[in-house]
Amino acid sequence: MNSKPKISAAELAEQFRAFIDPDFVITDDETMKPYECDGMSMYCEMPMLVVLPETAEQVQRVMRICNEHEVPVVARGAGTGLSAGAMPHKEGVVLSLAKFNRILDIDPLARTALLQPGVRNLAISEEVAQYGLYYGPDPSSQIACTIGGNVAENSGGVHCLKYGLTVHNILSVEMITAEGDRVTVGNDALDACGMDLLALMTGSEGLLGIVTKVKVKLLPKPEIAQVVMAGFDSVQKAGDAVGGIISHGIIPGGLEMMDGHAIIAADDFAQAGYPREAKALLLCEVDGTEEEVNEHIEQAENVFRKLGATSVKTSQSEEERALLWKGRKSAFPAVGRISPDYYCMDGTIPRRHLAHVLLEMERMSEEFGLRVANVFHAGDGNLHPLILFDANVPGEFERTEAFGGSILNLCVEVGGCITGEHGVGVEKIRQMAIQFNDEELQQFHDVKAAFDPAGILNPGKGVPALRFCQEYRSLEHKQHKHDTVDAAHG
Amino acid sequence: MADLSQKLQEQVLQARKTGQKLNIEGGGTKAFMGRAADADAGSLNMGEHTGIVEYHPVELILTARAGTTLAEIEATLAEEGQCLHFEPPRFGDGSTLGGTLACNLSGPARPWSGSVRDQVLGIRLLNGKGEHLRFGGQVMKNVAGYDTSRLQAGAMGTLGAITEISLKVMPKPAMSVTLVQDMAMDEVIHYMNSRAKEPKPITSAAWVDGKVYLRLAGAKSAVEATAGKWSGEVVEQGDQFWQQLQHMQHDFFAGDEPLWRFSVGSTAKNPDLDGPWLIDWAGSQRWYRGEADIAQLETMAQRAGGQVSLFRGGDRTDEVMHHQPRALKEIQQRLKKSFDPDGIFNPGRLYSWL
Repeated sequence: MNSKPKISAAELAEQFRAFIDPDFVITDDETMKPYECDGMSMYCEMPMLVVLPETAEQVQRVMRICNEHEVPVVARGAGTGLSAGAMPHKEGVVLSLAKFNRILDIDPLARTALLQPGVRNLAISEEVAQYGLYYGPDPSSQIACTIGGNVAENSGGVHCLKYGLTVHNILSVEMITAEGDRVTVGNDALDACGMDLLALMTGSEGLLGIVTKVKVKLLPKPEIAQVVMAGFDSVQKAGDAVGGIISHGIIPGGLEMMDGHAIIAADDFAQAGYPREAKALLLCEVDGTEEEVNEHIEQAENVFRKLGATSVKTSQSEEERALLWKGRKSAFPAVGRISPDYYCMDGTIPRRHLAHVLLEMERMSEEFGLRVANVFHAGDGNLHPLILFDANVPGEFERTEAFGGSILNLCVEVGGCITGEHGVGVEKIRQMAIQFNDEELQQFHDVKAAFDPAGILNPGKGVPALRFCQEYRSLEHKQHKHDTVDAAHG
Repeated sequence: MADLSQKLQEQVLQARKTGQKLNIEGGGTKAFMGRAADADAGSLNMGEHTGIVEYHPVELILTARAGTTLAEIEATLAEEGQCLHFEPPRFGDGSTLGGTLACNLSGPARPWSGSVRDQVLGIRLLNGKGEHLRFGGQVMKNVAGYDTSRLQAGAMGTLGAITEISLKVMPKPAMSVTLVQDMAMDEVIHYMNSRAKEPKPITSAAWVDGKVYLRLAGAKSAVEATAGKWSGEVVEQGDQFWQQLQHMQHDFFAGDEPLWRFSVGSTAKNPDLDGPWLIDWAGSQRWYRGEADIAQLETMAQRAGGQVSLFRGGDRTDEVMHHQPRALKEIQQRLKKSFDPDGIFNPGRLYSWL
C-alpha cells in the first residue's frame, strides 16, 4: 500500500456526500476529535475523515470507493475497545456504525435475535428478558459496548467458562467485504458447509470485513443464581480452591478472583463486605434450577472450607448477590480512585501457573517501581493486572508500558497468551512477535490478503509487519537475559 | 504413542517438490465422507501420529496428537470423571480426533454442549509449504491472531494436516434420564423448541419413528425434579438410544440409500419431502433418506434457513456440499491458496473447485 492516499479528503468527502447525508460525512477537526481514540486513550490519531452510513448499501459504496483508491478504513462501534483497535489511520476513513442501532427481529421460540451491529450488548438482554431469555457474553463494558465490536473482539465476560465467548453465541453475520461485496457468513443452523469463516471473522478486529448484521443465540434465564464468597490467606490456596471446585464436577456460572490490593480498593469503593484481611478472594456463582443450585452451593462451601478458606459467605437474596458482584464489577473504577491513572492488561495463563505468575508480577512491580492490583477470571485463566501510574509524571507511562510488556512475555513463557479478550490492536502488536514465529505471522498476513487483497481494512493493527519482529525479539531477549542476571545478583 | 511430525513434514516437503498430491488419512473411518478422494494422490498417514500430549483435569484441558483415537481419549477422560461433551460420533474403532475436527462432527448434545469446533482451543498444522505452525493455545480465552484453529472445522483437510489439537473437556453429568412419548412430525418442532426454551437441564431432543425423545442430564436433584414435571415415559437404559444416534448405529441409518443432512433453523417447517426423516438437535439437524437432486434440496434447505449436504452414499463425483455464493467461494479459494499454494492436500474432497 502506498504511504500517500491517491485521493484527497475533500474529494473523498464529496464522493461520500453523493449518497450519505452530508452532515454525517465529517471532515472538520473539532467534530472528528472524539474519534481520535477508543477506550485506550493513550493511543491517539486524527483520521482523514469520519463517515456514518446508515444502510448496508452505503457501507458497500464506501468500501468500493476506498478499495479503488486504497484508502484505509477503520470500523468503529461504541469506541470502548481496550487495545486501540479502533484508533484511526491518519490517511484513512473512520467508518462509524453508530447508526446501525436497531434490533431487527427477536424469535423467542428459536431463541435468536437479529441485530444491527451498533446495538449495545446489555440492550439485547434487557429487550429479550420479557421472554425469559438473555444473551450470554457479558463483558464489563456491556452497558456501552456494541455487538459488532463484540464480534470484532470475540468478547467474553465473567460467565464464559460455562456459557462461552462471542464465537459460541452467534449464528451468522452479514458483512461487507473490502471489495464491497455483501455476504452472509453462517445461517440459522448450527453449522455451515465449508471452512468455518464465522469463527475466523470472530475476533478479527475489523481486519477482514465490516459487519452489518449479527444473529445471536439467546439462552433461557436460569431460575436462580447464588454467589459463594470465600477469602483465603494466600493466592496459592485460592488457586487450589478453584481447581477443587472444578474437580468436583461443578462448572460455576462465574468464578472470579481478586488479590489483596484489589479487595481493599473494591471494598472501599462498593462497601461490598469483603474480608479486608484476605490475600485472595473468590466469588463463585452457581446458576441453574433451584435444586441444582442448592446442591452445588453446599458442595462449593464445603470445598472452600476444606481447602483452607478463612471466611465463607453465601448470598441469601438477589440484593446480597448484586452487592457481592458490585465490588468485582467496579474493581477498575475502584482502582482508578486510588491512582491518577491505571493500565489494564489482559494476559491469559494456564491456571496451574497462577501463583508463580503473581509472585513474578510482585517482583516486577518492585523492579519498575509501580504498584499493581490483580483481578482474575479464575475459571478461564484470564488475568487483568491493573498497573497504577501517573501520566503526568514524565516517563511513567513508558515504564508502565514496559512493565505491561514484561507481564505479557511472562504469560507466553508459561504457555498462555498475550490477550484473552481485549484484542491485539495497536497496543499489543509488538508482543505478537513473542507469541508467534515469522511463518505463523506470515500465514496471518496471507489470511488477511484472502479477504482484503488491497490491505485497506484496519491496516497496522493485529498482526505486525515481519521486519519489526526480529528487532523486538532480540531486544526482549537481551532484556530478559539482563533481568535474569540482575535477579541472580540481587 | 509416537510423534511423527518430523516425518510428516518431510513427506509434505517432498510432495511439494515432486508435485504430488496427498490425501490425509487417519483411522480411515470417514472415507465415505466428502467427494471421492483423488485416486492418483498419495497418502499422508496421520493414524500413527498418536498420543495424549498433556491432560490437566482441573483446568479442563487436553492436548492430543491428531491421530489419537477418540476411544483412547474418552477412556483417559473417564478415569477423571470427564468427557468430550460434544459427543463425537465414531464410525469405527479407528476414528481419530483430527478427523473429527476436520469434518466438524458432534453428537446429540451439540445444541447445549457445543460442537467440536466450539471446544477447540488451539492446533498445530502442517501447511502446504511444509511449515509446522502453532495457533491458539491451551487457554479458554485467546484473541491473539486470527482463529485459524476453528477455521479447520469442516474444511476437511483442505487447508493442511492438523497434527495436534488442544480442547476444552468437561465433567461427566452426574446423572441422566431419557423421556419418550408419541408425537406427530408436524407437532414435534414446536414441542422440542418450547422445551429448549425452559431453564431446565435438557441436553438432547430428537424425533424418530413417531416418537420424541428428550434427555435430561446434570445434577441429580435437578434431573429428577424436571423428569417428574415433564410428560413422557422414562426410558430404561436411555443412554443406549443416544449412543445409537451419536454413532449412527440406529436402524434409521442402516442400508445404502443416500443419506442427506439438513442443517437448518431449529424452528423451520420441515422440507416437503416424502420419505424417512430423523430430527435431532431440537430441530437444527435433520436427516433424510432417499434419491434426490441436490439442487432441489438446496432450495428447500435455504428456505429452512440452512444448508444441505449428501452425507453418505449417492453420487460422490459430483458436489456433495451445499453450493457457496460467489464471494464466499472466492474467499475460500484464496484461503486455500494461502495455506496450500500448490494444492497438495485433499484435492477436490470438499468441493470440486478446492
